[in-house]
Amino acid sequence: MMKPTPADTDARQAILDRINTKQVDIPPLPDVDVDRVIEFDQPIDTFIEMLAMVGGQAHQVDSQRDVRALLEEIDVFRTATRIVSLAPDSVAGTIDATQIDDPHDLATVDWTIARGEFMVAENGSIWIDGNSLPHRVLLFIAQYLAIVVPRSQIVSNMHQAYERIENFSARFGVFVSGPSKTADIEQSLVLGAHGCRKLQVFIVGDL
Amino acid sequence: MLPIIQHPAAAKEFVNDPNRSRWHDQALWFVRSKRDKQAASLPEWEYLRETASGIKTHTIANLSHYLQEFERNATARGAIVHWARDAEHHNEIVLRILQDHKTHRIVKSKSMLTEECGLNHYLEDNGIDVVDTDLGERIVQLRGETPSHIVLPAIHIKKEEVGDTFHTHLGTDEGASDPKYLAEAARGHLRDKFLAGEIGITGVNFAIAETGGLVVCTNEGNADLGTSLPRVHIACMGIEKLLPRQRDLGVFTRLLARSATGQPITSYTSHFNGPRDENSELHIVLVDNGRSRLRESETFRAAMHCIRCGACMNTCPVYRRSGGHSYRATVPGPIGSVLSPTRDQNSYKSLPYACSLCGSCSDVCPVKIPLHHQLLAWRGELVGKKLLPVSKRLAMRFASYLFRFPALFRMVGKVGRFTLRVLPRWATHHRLNTWTIARELPEAPKETFRDWHRRHRDH
Repeated sequence: MMKPTPADTDARQAILDRINTKQVDIPPLPDVDVDRVIEFDQPIDTFIEMLAMVGGQAHQVDSQRDVRALLEEIDVFRTATRIVSLAPDSVAGTIDATQIDDPHDLATVDWTIARGEFMVAENGSIWIDGNSLPHRVLLFIAQYLAIVVPRSQIVSNMHQAYERIENFSARFGVFVSGPSKTADIEQSLVLGAHGCRKLQVFIVGDL
Repeated sequence: MLPIIQHPAAAKEFVNDPNRSRWHDQALWFVRSKRDKQAASLPEWEYLRETASGIKTHTIANLSHYLQEFERNATARGAIVHWARDAEHHNEIVLRILQDHKTHRIVKSKSMLTEECGLNHYLEDNGIDVVDTDLGERIVQLRGETPSHIVLPAIHIKKEEVGDTFHTHLGTDEGASDPKYLAEAARGHLRDKFLAGEIGITGVNFAIAETGGLVVCTNEGNADLGTSLPRVHIACMGIEKLLPRQRDLGVFTRLLARSATGQPITSYTSHFNGPRDENSELHIVLVDNGRSRLRESETFRAAMHCIRCGACMNTCPVYRRSGGHSYRATVPGPIGSVLSPTRDQNSYKSLPYACSLCGSCSDVCPVKIPLHHQLLAWRGELVGKKLLPVSKRLAMRFASYLFRFPALFRMVGKVGRFTLRVLPRWATHHRLNTWTIARELPEAPKETFRDWHRRHRDH
């Protein structure tokens, strides 16, 4: 392996000195008062509504076994041959990503079935802990993405979300909200920019 | 030395094409309306703005402390932290990393900082192939242009023009202009680039002192694809991007996308804590490039709060009608008109005047930068430095003299009203008087306010 380029800190002291020569009164760091932010009575309903708004689709199922049956109703799943599943109790994959060294080898994956830690009602996003992914790229390189998430794991807003991940130790974590999308051509929304073309979220009762 | 930018001259071509100007105005107003809807959906919106502003004020005041804390924690997580004094130094640092890895192909996700530093040209001049992977950025890159908006880089380009560009560069069907078809073509084209990329460069939306981590927000997922395939990730950030604690992200991730595009959150809000694994590298380049100097100014310090959401541009009546390129700056619009003169007063002296002082930018700013107050303050500074054209300076001096002598003011008013009535049109509307090119003179009132007031004050 190549030796990494060492840190260039030549300008470090000059920048810090420049900042330090101008002393500014430091006001206290404000904290968010949780009583002043929005909470939802039916957070699951709000989540489903918000996810639809950002282009994703939610499915409520009682058990992990129901996930596969619902996926089978989707054409692009029935015809898929290369499936990586990180939720094997829901869907059995056809590729074992843990046996793959180079993420480039995942370029032709049709579907990734990922595991979500919890949902955020206010924006329809799902937190995925990097430790659940043998390769980060699985979330972004697959043509289609499904996320399996426990029904009991939901928060109303982002403040509660960050409370939950206060001590997350993984090298990577991501809030996923809807499929990859772009509106860079005349503000026309197109789903499936570089990442997944569609997002299916399975809210599972027994997980 | 930069050329001096005269905004009115630079905007002329855009403004003189009323169809395009109107179309551009409407496209941005559409985004602004989406933002309003999102803001109204949260009862705590104003509270969030206040809190965000408070967090930023605290952080910028205490910047040296948080920068060092960030460096310590990022290094502990295995990242390599570089410090760049200016744009050139930043570019040198990036190039050295690429050369050490014998890299020729870069995949880049959107970063206004690297635009500010002119990184693409610098790397291309050094024989490196840079591919911008955000669709809007790729479009402007293929066209040899620069972004005209910090969030919507290709907002000034029509779909037919994108079709032409893609036909030339990507071989799409001639005359095709369906956004879905064009985006699909770009997806295929860029996927090859992602797979061939040797190093991924990204910007940074937020850096967290407490954890040493970085947050990057995209809708396309290009930052994630660009950094999940290669072994090396270079993240470039201005030193003002810091937040003290991870939980502060609760405030900023709620404000950013809602203010920018009217979405509740971006499709991907990615948290990078150190390099991907033991065999990978994460380089973080902290860039000053004038920011520590901006911090010294009591008047303009709050401009460092900016989270680059672009809301001020979307709402600005001048920006919407004159197009982003008329500012001739990496960051256009109200915030750009505040930031650019801090870099070079003489070159950008006309930008604080590209403003109607309507105050809408300050109203929508999620971090409460008093933008229109700052633009007005800039005008005060520039006048004091005699950077205005003589014609404006003389007119102002004459006006100030006039207002000091009520009798003279009355007399000039009388002469003016009379002249307005009798002056033939050819005397005012000719090519020497540029002011009247697109204007009619007002009709002289029958009575002055002074006379009216005198008649009515006893009633």
